[in-house]
Amino acid sequence: MAPARDGLVLAALLFSFGLAGLLVRRNVLFILMSIEVMLNAAGLAFIAAGEHWGQPDGQVAFLFILAMAAAEVSVGLALVLHLYHRYKSVDVDAASRMKG
Amino acid sequence: MSLTFDIAGAIAVAATVVSLTRVNAVHALLYLIVSLLAIAVVFFTLGAPFVAALEAIVYAGAIMVLFVFVVMLLNLGREAVREERNLLEPSMWVGPSVLAAILIAELLYLELTGAAGGGPSQMISPRRVGIALYGPYLLGVEMASMLLLGGLVAAYHLGWRKPARAGVR
Repeated sequence: MAPARDGLVLAALLFSFGLAGLLVRRNVLFILMSIEVMLNAAGLAFIAAGEHWGQPDGQVAFLFILAMAAAEVSVGLALVLHLYHRYKSVDVDAASRMKG
Repeated sequence: MSLTFDIAGAIAVAATVVSLTRVNAVHALLYLIVSLLAIAVVFFTLGAPFVAALEAIVYAGAIMVLFVFVVMLLNLGREAVREERNLLEPSMWVGPSVLAAILIAELLYLELTGAAGGGPSQMISPRRVGIALYGPYLLGVEMASMLLLGGLVAAYHLGWRKPARAGVR
């Protein structure tokens, strides 16, 4: 069952790159892209596990991740546009203070 | 079988690293799209053709196009013209094109030799996925649809600007 283990290793690699990008970058677009990479890595782990057991449940879980990612990215990008119109910047540190 | 998995996985890792270390957002998006396509090929070699197609259509197609739209909305005017000129330079598109060409060659190889699903991993057909999705997971499908509706309403609400104060917020 080498492919399942390889798939999990690949998922772990991609997830750690996404996490590193999320922590290092300050541009909100890159932060959203890092989140996409991490969600994708989680989906890859589901697919690899589903392949290992020969069951379709892993693919079903991936479909739910896909729907969640689509909803998340639409709201996130609307917030990015909001941030840009208010602060003329896509740096998340511009919006680090809360008011009221 | 395993070699195709390794090549596609290596392309996915390389494209992701390059993508998250770019300064230019459009460069990063191009490499991220290549990375998602590589993961789609990985899914194909893992015996999940339905999910591989969805990855290419929904992730690389729909979600990344949303990102591209937002990047294009963020810099309008003279800046955008300069950006557009940069897009046509070879250094911009050669890297992603080469990686995508390797992926296409790999997919053609898998398709022509019929190796997909015939190796160590058995193919899980879309039929079985559909039966599971609309059988025991029906409640989850309904919840996903409600989530998408919520995302739609929230994105519409956030994107809406008051006509009288257009440009202020």
